[in-house]
Amino acid sequence: MSVTNPTAMEHGLQSCHGCGLLSRPAPGAHEGRCPRCDEDLVFRKPDSLQHTLAYLVAAAACYVPANLLPVLTTTTAGGSESDTIMQGVVLLWSPTGWPLSLIVLFASIMIPSAKILALGYLLITVKRGSITNNAQRVRLYRMVEIIGRWSMVDVFVDTFTVSLIQLQPLMSVEPGPGLLFFAAVVVLTMLAVESFDPRLIWDTADAKETQKKVQYA
Amino acid sequence: MPDHDPSLPPVPESKAVPKKRTRLSLVWVIPIVAAAAGVWIAVTKILEKGPEITIVFSSADGLVANKTKVNYDGLDIGMLTSIKLMDDHKHVIATAAMHPKTKDFLVKDLKFWVVKPRMSGLNITGLGTLLSGNYIGVQLGESKESERHFVALETPPLTGDVPGRIFILKAPELGSLGTGTPIYYRQLPAGQVVSYELDKDGGFLNVKIFVESPYDHFVTKDTRFWQASGVDVSLTAAGLHVQTESVMSILAGGIAFENPTSDAPQVPAEANTGFTLFDKRATAFEPPPVDPRAYLLVFKQSVRGLSVGAPVELGGVNIGEVTQISPQFDANKMEFSIPVMIQVDPQRYGVKFLGWDNDKETLSIRQKIMNSLVARGLRAQLKTGNLISGALIVSLSIVPNAPPATLDWSQNPVEIPTVSGGFEAIEDSVATLLKNLDKVAVDARGTLTNADTLMLSLDKTLGTTRGTLTNADNLINNAGTMIAPDSVMNTELNILLQQGGDAARALRILADYLERHPEALIHGKPGEAKQ
Repeated sequence: MSVTNPTAMEHGLQSCHGCGLLSRPAPGAHEGRCPRCDEDLVFRKPDSLQHTLAYLVAAAACYVPANLLPVLTTTTAGGSESDTIMQGVVLLWSPTGWPLSLIVLFASIMIPSAKILALGYLLITVKRGSITNNAQRVRLYRMVEIIGRWSMVDVFVDTFTVSLIQLQPLMSVEPGPGLLFFAAVVVLTMLAVESFDPRLIWDTADAKETQKKVQYA
Repeated sequence: MPDHDPSLPPVPESKAVPKKRTRLSLVWVIPIVAAAAGVWIAVTKILEKGPEITIVFSSADGLVANKTKVNYDGLDIGMLTSIKLMDDHKHVIATAAMHPKTKDFLVKDLKFWVVKPRMSGLNITGLGTLLSGNYIGVQLGESKESERHFVALETPPLTGDVPGRIFILKAPELGSLGTGTPIYYRQLPAGQVVSYELDKDGGFLNVKIFVESPYDHFVTKDTRFWQASGVDVSLTAAGLHVQTESVMSILAGGIAFENPTSDAPQVPAEANTGFTLFDKRATAFEPPPVDPRAYLLVFKQSVRGLSVGAPVELGGVNIGEVTQISPQFDANKMEFSIPVMIQVDPQRYGVKFLGWDNDKETLSIRQKIMNSLVARGLRAQLKTGNLISGALIVSLSIVPNAPPATLDWSQNPVEIPTVSGGFEAIEDSVATLLKNLDKVAVDARGTLTNADTLMLSLDKTLGTTRGTLTNADNLINNAGTMIAPDSVMNTELNILLQQGGDAARALRILADYLERHPEALIHGKPGEAKQ
C-alpha cells in the first residue's frame, strides 16, 4: 500500500477493455473508440457505483418475494401443493437426500444473499474511500463474479421440471411467481457485478495515499 | 450579444459552475420496477389474506396443518394453519386461513366436518380422500350473524345444499332404518333419513327425514309413510303377500311414501310436519275409521288360527277386524269359552247403506235393525281364510235354520250369537263321512265273500262244462259212426248239441260281462251286493 502505482487515468490514458491497448483520447473529446478493436473507451465505467447500487437495490427488492412466494406448484390427483424454495429445502432434507438439500440451500438461498451482501459491502467501502483490505476486496469481487451464474441452476432445474413433468391429468408441475423473482435476483446481481468497476477500489486507495503524502510532505 | 465595452469599469467575473456530474442514471428504473413488483405482490398477498377462523374438532385424526384444506363444493376456500390441543385435552382446535371472498359466508350456522372415506348403508362417500387426504367440508349457513369460531360436526350433514324439506316421522321402532337410509317415492330415491331420536317420554321414535326437491312437493297432509325395509312377506288369511321396494331397499332398508288416490287438490305439507311411519304399505293405506262398533262373539270351539287383526267379513267383504281374543272359564257351568272382541266399521271399508240415513240414525233404529237381522239368522262363525296357513276369519252371515237367538242390549259390547263353522264344521262333516265310509267298508267285505263263493261255483260250472263238452265230443265221434241221420239218436244228439250251445253262449255272456266290468268279480253285479 505504501507504493503508489501510477494509473493510466492519471496520465490521461485509456486502456481498452477489449484488447488492452493503451491509447490517448483525442484532444477535447472525453470518450472515444479503441483504434485497434473499435471498443468504447472510458477511463472508468460511467456511473459505476450508481448503477451497481441500482441493480443491487432491485436485486434485494426481488429477493424477498423470491423466497416468500412458491416457486413450484405440484398438482397431483390428490390436490395441488405450492412450495417455496425454503419448503423445497425442508422437503428434500432426509437421511439420504441431505446433500441435495444442502446444494439447493447453498445455490438458491445462501449464494444470492451472500452476493447481495458482498456487493453492498464493496459499494459502501468504495464510496467511503476505504483503503484497507484492498486485495481481499478484489478477491471477493472476483468470487462474486464467478459464483454468481451458478445460482441460475435452480431456475434451470425448475424450468426443466416444469417442462418434463406434465402427466395430465395425473400430475403436473407449474412454475410459481417466486421463480420469476428468483431469476430476477440472479440476473440483477450479475448485472450489478458487471457494472461494478473494481478499479475504483484502487483509485480511492491511491488517491488517499497521495493525499497522505501531500499532507506529510 | 454585444461585445465587452472597454469604457465600463472592471466587472467581476461570475463563478463558473462545473457541469453537474451526479445526474440520476436511467438504471434506477430497474430497482423502482423491482420494488413496485415486490410491493404489488405484498399488497395482493395482504389483500388475499382472508379471515382467520377456528374450528373445534373432537380429534385431529387425518388433519395436517398447512396441508388440510377447507373445501366448499370442490373449491378450496381455506387451509388449516395450525392444530392445537384444547385446554380440556379432549378436543383439538384448528386455525384456518380462509379465502378473503369467504368473509360474508362465515356465519353462525356454517357447518364444518371432516371428509374422509365413510360407509353408511350402501353409500360410500369420500373415496377421493383416499388419494388427496382428508379435507374439511363446508355447508353454508343461512344465518346473517357473522362468526369466526366454529365447532365441527362429527358426521357430515346429509341434507347438503340440496333444496328440500325436513319432515318428522313417528315410528314405533327403528327397524332397519339408520342415518342415511333412503326415502323412496314411487321407487325413486327422494331423500334420506337425517337423524332419529327417542321421544321424550320414550313411547316412540322421532325420525327426521329430508325429502329433496321436487319430491317434497308430493308430501301432503294425507301422505302415508311406511317402512320399505327388506322384503315384507305376510301370510294372512288372504294369502301370501310379498311386497318389496327396490333391491337397494331390500339390502339397506328404506322408507317409502305415497299419497292415497283422491280428487282433492294436493297441498304440500309444511316443513317439519309430523307423520306416522307405518310398518308396511297395507297398514299405511287402511282407510281411517268412520264409525267403529265393538261386538262380542263367544266361541265354544277352538279358535286356533284366529289372530288379532284377522278380518271380519260380511259376504266375503272385509268390514272389520278382530281386536281381542281372551279365553275364559265358567266355574258354574264347568266349561271353557272364548270371547272374541270384534270391531265392525262397514262404512270405513266402503259398504254402502241403502235406505239408511246416517245422520238420522239413532240407537233404537240400529238396535231394531240388528234385532231383526239376528232374528232372521245373522250369526257369526269362524271360517277358514287360508287353507295352507289355516288362518281363520270371522264371517257374519245369515245362517238358515239357525237356532233362534236374541240380542241382549244391556251388555256392552253386545254379543252376537255364533254358530260353529270353519274347521269345526268340516270336522263334523268329515266325522260323519268317515262313519258312513266305515259302514260301506263292512258292506264291501260281505260283497267280497259273496263274490268269492260265486267264483268258486263258476269254477265248478266251468269244470262241469268242460266234462260235458268232452262227453259231447265222444258222443259225436260215436254218433258219427253209430247214428243214422233220422234216428232217435240223431234227434237226441241234436237236442244235446243245442243244450251244449246254450251253455257255451251263457259262458260267453259271462266272459263278455267280466271283460267290461272286471270289478264285478269283487263287487258283483249291481244290485247283487244288497243281497
